[in-house]
Amino acid sequence: MRLTARSLRFVILALFAVFFVVPMIWLFLAPTKSDGALVTSNPFAFGSFHHIAQAWDHIDAYSSHLYRRWISNSLLYAGSATAIVLATAVPAGYGLAFGTFRGRKLVLTVTLIVMIMPASALVLPIFLELNSLKLIGNVLSVILPFAFYPFGVYIAYIYYSTTMPRDVLDAARIDGCGEWTTFRHIALPLAKPVIALVLFFSFVADWNNFFLPFAVLAKSTQYPIQVGLSDLLSSTPSFNPAAGGGGQSVNIFRPELALATLLAIVPVLIVFMMSQRALVRGLLGGGVKG
Amino acid sequence: MQVTRKRGLHAGGAARKRDQSAWRGLPFVLPYLPFLILFGILPAIYALSLAFTTSKGKFIGLKNFTTTANDYRFGPAFEHVFLYTSVWLIALIVFVVGLALMLHSRASKATSTFRFLYYIPGALAGAASVLVWLFMLDPAVSPARFLLEHVFGSTLFVQAIAPGHLPFIFAMIAFWTGAGGWIVVLYGALNTIPPDLEEAARIDGAGAWTIALRLKLPMIRKWIAYMGILSFATGTQLFVEPQLVNQASLGFVPDTWSANQLAYQLAFRYGKFNEAAAVSVDLLLIGLIAAVLIVTRTGLFRKED
Repeated sequence: MRLTARSLRFVILALFAVFFVVPMIWLFLAPTKSDGALVTSNPFAFGSFHHIAQAWDHIDAYSSHLYRRWISNSLLYAGSATAIVLATAVPAGYGLAFGTFRGRKLVLTVTLIVMIMPASALVLPIFLELNSLKLIGNVLSVILPFAFYPFGVYIAYIYYSTTMPRDVLDAARIDGCGEWTTFRHIALPLAKPVIALVLFFSFVADWNNFFLPFAVLAKSTQYPIQVGLSDLLSSTPSFNPAAGGGGQSVNIFRPELALATLLAIVPVLIVFMMSQRALVRGLLGGGVKG
Repeated sequence: MQVTRKRGLHAGGAARKRDQSAWRGLPFVLPYLPFLILFGILPAIYALSLAFTTSKGKFIGLKNFTTTANDYRFGPAFEHVFLYTSVWLIALIVFVVGLALMLHSRASKATSTFRFLYYIPGALAGAASVLVWLFMLDPAVSPARFLLEHVFGSTLFVQAIAPGHLPFIFAMIAFWTGAGGWIVVLYGALNTIPPDLEEAARIDGAGAWTIALRLKLPMIRKWIAYMGILSFATGTQLFVEPQLVNQASLGFVPDTWSANQLAYQLAFRYGKFNEAAAVSVDLLLIGLIAAVLIVTRTGLFRKED
């Protein structure tokens, strides 16, 4: 009886593991095969490395290195926005944790509400606002909204208010440290784990964002990789028969599309694996009260 | 030395101290404030003002809201979104809670491996996850070809993405990318339950089932509520998935399938910014209510010292 319950539990857990992992395995194997082999061979058979190189050549040739452009755009948008987030969110979290200024609670509450509200709820309003400012089509209309990251402020706030004893700061002040010196020499060096966490979350959120750049950018040379992928999808004849002729001439088929998808997540996957520990700890420590 | 300074501080006068404390910390928050205002508060206010006016700026009350609500695409779009969100929510609550409890009932090396495996697809948010699932749903190349053909009767890609399937497909994609993260969160919440409690229950003769359902489940209720409300709000904003399926299906799936898509099309294709604003205010309101509920009701987020 007990044994069957235990094995039932294992079977269920394993079935879900299959559901989560199989698409990933398929994605890793797809670029090793030709489009024809994808249809005829076993879905989990390995093709050859030669096909990966070939698929890459096709992607790279697409609209004269447009794919590289998308990746570097994504790096630029996510990188610069995350830099601004770090420069603004860490001090802001500190100021909210130890400040006594008027309006502190208001800033904190609004930050919290905007942070929990789904980001995509604000995309159209942001688009309408940028449109009235004639900023549509400008890369700043992606970077600046990305640079607003209330979750980063909240993480920094929670970190400072739970792990840093007020006495340390008081002692520094008594010893004659100014506000800035106290932050620079005491609070900032202590913030390393928080910086790692904010960096990861902000970078990944920006990297994966589709809706905002899709709405505010006009030219395909400005696209980040996520929007670029949708552009590639439209050129794949198996999903878009209208692109049939185009598909032949640009050589974008399913293996190319799979490789393009895979390469697009590599940066995230690397950061993801590296920060898995800090992440899990942060997810748990972050929201819990007290 | 220190003592005298401290005394000096106290003697500094209550008025000056209060004056100082009214500003303390503000300079650190200042660089962040323009971003909060420009991209957190102003867009919402601007959308609100657009939603209640004409393109010439004349106030017309709720007219934009009623016009859009009577649009023939409005009803279906919200229906789609709510059906999708319900399916996703049920899947999340049943499977995520179930899996977290199962994993937690017997911690071992294997369970941490499972948690990690469930978590991996989280790296593929956005367009990438949709592309992966477009492959999975294409009977020509899918590793689940057998399931697609014999259980769902789809031998062609267009059959697999038939309109009736879409809310379920999108729910599955969202579950695939997001469930692992939530399992980690709930597992962590389960870990905060004192082991003595479980031990005491076991001594009292409670089995694994009873402990999971009667002891552990109630203790992570807040987290389940948080997951539910947050996912509800996120679900209603659906955009990427139907947008890509629209592109992959030659317009077979309409480009106004979800509410956010409708708002987008109103603004982009028709230039009806005021009506687009009205729909986005509808959506914003749903998100806002959910956020306020989470902040004020679940007590998970601290906002005081």
